[in-house]
Amino acid sequence: MSTTAADAARVPGPASPGPSWRERLTRIAPILVLAPSLAASFIYVFVFTIWTLYISLSNSSLLPSYGFVGLDNYASLWSNRRWNIAYSNLFLFSAFYIVGAMAIGLLLAILIDQKVRGEAAWRTIFLYPLAVSFIVTGTVWSWLYNPVDGIQMLVRSLGWTNFNFALASDRNTAIYAIIITGIWQSSGFAMALFLAGLRSVDPDLVKAAQIDGASTFRTYRRVILPVIAPIFLAVAVVQIQFAIKTFDLVAALTRGGPGISTTFPAIYVYDLMFQRGQIGEGAAAAIMMLAALAVVLVPYSFFVVWRHRRESHHG
Amino acid sequence: MADAALARVHDREASAAFRRHFLSRVVIYGLLSIFAIIYLVPLLVVVFNSFREQPEIAQNGLIAFPRSFSFHAWADAWSTYCIGGTCEGMRRNFLNSLWMAIPATILSTLLGAMNGYVLSKWRFKGSEVLFTLMLLGVFMPGQIALMPWAFLLGKLGLTNSTYGLILIHVVQGISFTTLFCRNYYVSIPDDLIKAARIDGAGFWRIFRKIILPLSPPILIVTVIWQFTGIWNEYLFGVVFTSGREQPITAALVALTASGTNVRAYDVMSAAVLIGALPPLLVYFLGGKYFVRGLTQGAIK
Repeated sequence: MSTTAADAARVPGPASPGPSWRERLTRIAPILVLAPSLAASFIYVFVFTIWTLYISLSNSSLLPSYGFVGLDNYASLWSNRRWNIAYSNLFLFSAFYIVGAMAIGLLLAILIDQKVRGEAAWRTIFLYPLAVSFIVTGTVWSWLYNPVDGIQMLVRSLGWTNFNFALASDRNTAIYAIIITGIWQSSGFAMALFLAGLRSVDPDLVKAAQIDGASTFRTYRRVILPVIAPIFLAVAVVQIQFAIKTFDLVAALTRGGPGISTTFPAIYVYDLMFQRGQIGEGAAAAIMMLAALAVVLVPYSFFVVWRHRRESHHG
Repeated sequence: MADAALARVHDREASAAFRRHFLSRVVIYGLLSIFAIIYLVPLLVVVFNSFREQPEIAQNGLIAFPRSFSFHAWADAWSTYCIGGTCEGMRRNFLNSLWMAIPATILSTLLGAMNGYVLSKWRFKGSEVLFTLMLLGVFMPGQIALMPWAFLLGKLGLTNSTYGLILIHVVQGISFTTLFCRNYYVSIPDDLIKAARIDGAGFWRIFRKIILPLSPPILIVTVIWQFTGIWNEYLFGVVFTSGREQPITAALVALTASGTNVRAYDVMSAAVLIGALPPLLVYFLGGKYFVRGLTQGAIK
């Protein structure tokens, strides 16, 4: 951190012998401003990660301790049935959640893009779930899924007395309750990104296609969607991050149940660390979450950098 | 005669086109309306139930038009309802969240603005690398930081306190706010800064006189993003605080989990709305900026 602000040095100073304390202060001001945030970020990103990594290799149980046990925690984590359920849930959830939210988001964006009246109102309706917390969403949906008071009761009271809808209370289907709620919460997000993309498409391109006699559907499929392809990837990457970090939604909606059927990695980390006093194994699970994020984000960021380079080369 | 025939053909084509157009409008508005209902029903259910009386909810179910009306659930949820052992409603937790979210938002936004200013207008050797380093914080899962935070907060004597959560949210938020501000300030022409420097303006003067006056759009985006994010956060709240010190998200989970025999949907609905109201208010007042933050946060 001994670098001085090169830019500041270039500014011609007044012709006084040696810089005054004021000038010196100005010169190092940028560094002084940045230093606390840098230190905090460095600690947060690197020290905390290495710390947790170390705990994951130690024999910590109720309290952190630093006896080195190698990969024991990882071995016991991966042999645990609950962890296996947690990560297979993560795959299932990610797949349905991403595809579902993108499909609905894209549909809504295209519908809104048809010069509809009251565009702002529609957008406000589809996006508001994003403003409230997963806790609020999860809580409310858990009531709707509740067979005694929610949707099932409503439909039965309308006359279909044999109607069954107990999605969240059946261990085989509870994961779908979470998926539906997740899609409900964030398809508006996909819509916002897609809509921004649709609006950025060159209108001449669309006009040319229409003059050629292409139908609206064909215009979208052949002309517009290929142009906004990068947005699909961006939406997917953001949503995978959501999925890997999913904690609040499950905590509020099913609390991991019935039984352990809707355990997610983030839920399991919390459980190991703070309910069962298995800090070492909990840290191992947290490291696995970080690894999952890295698997997605590292290739993606390389791809983004590569695309930027290519675009700036081809001007 | 020929003219009339032509006009008739034209007419038929025009009316077919009109019918097609009309039909497609019906489909478009029909689909939008169906989705709008799906999106609005959960909100309406909670709003209705917060004004209904519990016996009526128990009788007619959660999803029904109100046939009773009272404010009593709101009053209960705000100040008298019991969670665990204490009967103080959500007021205290609401205020906790407010006293957590406001300072953390202001601090992280200020830091982000100054960092963004340095990283865009006072670049030095290696500053891009440092920027990338700070960005990594955006992607960190909170779970990685749980144990280190637990240790640090313990050392600092900040466990079970709003100050501890403020610290966490500021540190966690810096990467986002820096990213937002830096990307915005990059678009301010460097010539403007150079001219000011030639006129003898220094680091702070340029920040105050040039950067800040141009900043309101990005500061609004950042403040909205930070405030809603911090207000809605749950993990750190539930891990590092308990009981009266909990922020509202954690208190809501405790409230709805507390296993009383009759589920008091009226009071719980009001409590849920109390927890959802501040971010919703921010969203409805600053929707445009909210969306802008969303798209910027996503595309980076």
